[in-house]
Amino acid sequence: MDIKLKVRRQNPEADDKPFWKDYAVEVPEYYTLLDALLKVREEVDETLALRCSCRSHICGSCGMRVNGHAALACKTKLSDLDQETVTVEPMGNMPVIRDLVVDLEPFWNKLYSIKPYLQPATDPPEREYVVPNETMFHLDGVVNCIMCGACVSDCESLSVNPIFIGPTAFAKEYRFVLDPRDAADRERLSQMNGPGGVWDCTHCFQCVEVCPKDVAPMDRIMAMRRMMMDMGMEQHNGAKRANAFMDLVGTYGRLDETRLLMRSVSGLGELMSFSKVGFRALWKGKLPPLKPHRIAGAPAVRRILERARNQRPRRFKVHQAQEEGVRA
Amino acid sequence: MKYAFYPGCVAKGGTPELYQAMTAVGERLGLELHELTGAACTGAGVITERDPFAGDVVNSRTFAMAEQLGLPVMTICSTCTGVMMGVKSRVDAHDDYRERVNQLLADEDLHYSGQTDVKHLLWVLVEDLGLDKLKAMVVNPLHGMRLAPFYGCYVVRPSKDVDPLRLGRMGYLEKVIEALGAEPVEEYRGKDKCCGFPLLETNRRGSLALTGKRLAEARDVGADALVTPCPLCHLNLDGQQPETPDAGRVDAMPVMHLPQAIGLAIGIPPERLGLHRHIIDTKKILAKVAVAG
Repeated sequence: MDIKLKVRRQNPEADDKPFWKDYAVEVPEYYTLLDALLKVREEVDETLALRCSCRSHICGSCGMRVNGHAALACKTKLSDLDQETVTVEPMGNMPVIRDLVVDLEPFWNKLYSIKPYLQPATDPPEREYVVPNETMFHLDGVVNCIMCGACVSDCESLSVNPIFIGPTAFAKEYRFVLDPRDAADRERLSQMNGPGGVWDCTHCFQCVEVCPKDVAPMDRIMAMRRMMMDMGMEQHNGAKRANAFMDLVGTYGRLDETRLLMRSVSGLGELMSFSKVGFRALWKGKLPPLKPHRIAGAPAVRRILERARNQRPRRFKVHQAQEEGVRA
Repeated sequence: MKYAFYPGCVAKGGTPELYQAMTAVGERLGLELHELTGAACTGAGVITERDPFAGDVVNSRTFAMAEQLGLPVMTICSTCTGVMMGVKSRVDAHDDYRERVNQLLADEDLHYSGQTDVKHLLWVLVEDLGLDKLKAMVVNPLHGMRLAPFYGCYVVRPSKDVDPLRLGRMGYLEKVIEALGAEPVEEYRGKDKCCGFPLLETNRRGSLALTGKRLAEARDVGADALVTPCPLCHLNLDGQQPETPDAGRVDAMPVMHLPQAIGLAIGIPPERLGLHRHIIDTKKILAKVAVAG
């Protein structure tokens, strides 16, 4: 089949800005994007720079943006894309070294920052550690991460907030927080309660969507938010929002945006920063009613929320992992 | 076509013009909407974040109410839709888990069998009504308008939950815009990205930076306005627009709710669509529509 690859190229040492270069190639139906790019490099333009190694989605080297979103080139079958023109760009949120090759140093540094190794409380046992099967099965879902950087590439929060730890490192953190051999879970979680931490995630599902190994980093971030709140870390605006949300829905059965905001932000100063927005809404007749409408059956909703809470596992680690596993 | 209508909290709260527009448009399109007045908030992802089981039960309660009516649920909010589809992916497939959920619904004599279908208006337009039928109802085609689609994350991701049959739902908004006679801005890169709303209380600077980026991307490709099926996105893109870093130095970008764009094209007067209730003035759009009309 005939295919056109529209590749964004740049040599930052020589070019002021990126430029697009089109390559038309004829390839067999079974070709992956990586196969096609290698064909271009071998037969058409030897200056095209890209990274790759295993060619079978194990090593995580060939991450790039395909039609706007991060993917592994070796896992992307051209026939599945079903398009005559495929747009190829380097991954986002990382500096370009050349063409499709990005600088992963910031990526690794974020990963190192979460201490990606076991921190046991006691000396290692004489023989092996014994851990429950279910827990490790659950953690397999995260251990499958191949560090390709796809989630970081498309992370919306990171695009506006460079100190955000990011999805790969958070998924790795989750893996240690829930590992029965690691004893630093409280310390780990409290470190993620500040700027750049879990509350800076914008819940956009980009990382979940692009991960080639179904690690679902955002789901792990949400689980860690929950664990933090269950451990009593409830001072952050995010935790206050979650608790206020539960309470408002338990009271009225529905959300009241104004009350939610008032109960989520910290102090009068922060609330005042929203005052202009509020006045404009009021002027246009858009401010929600001062006394929210209560749905029929609001008490039943409160009962549901309370009974569900009583069913929440109290013991951390193993039980939590099992509980999370049910939903994975 | 009958639906159990779930307007969501924001359409009856912070963006009342959406509810107003949907009511007017639904009638004209021949959608019979039975509003689920007793249904609770989906939790917008926050209940799920705090207590996933509670989120699954509260939403299953809504599905059970629709089941009693024997109707599929229709939403007008990307966030509501995404949350519901996520709940369905957990509750529908696992009988044991659904039984646990149903135990908490028994108080109200509700039971969810795992069958209730959930559809955003956007999906209803393409899959149930049909674009040809929509086109046939257009009396005031929005010719000459470049409308940038803005989906809202939850209605497109995770795709395994919101488009399990791979119908190509990411792409419907462009088709609807085209059916209304306007030009969908295909090259708009922000269309499936984040509006910043979920960061509003936790990192406002980041939230407004994202909003500003989405608006700048729309200006860069010469869009006249954005069209969104998500009122939460609207709260940021329209309501917070004057607070974004570039505001005042660049042209303001009007943001229409999906039913408003439909309403204009099928000949409903702008006042009935609540277009005067936006923070960012919509006169620019209305002038174009008047010229086109």
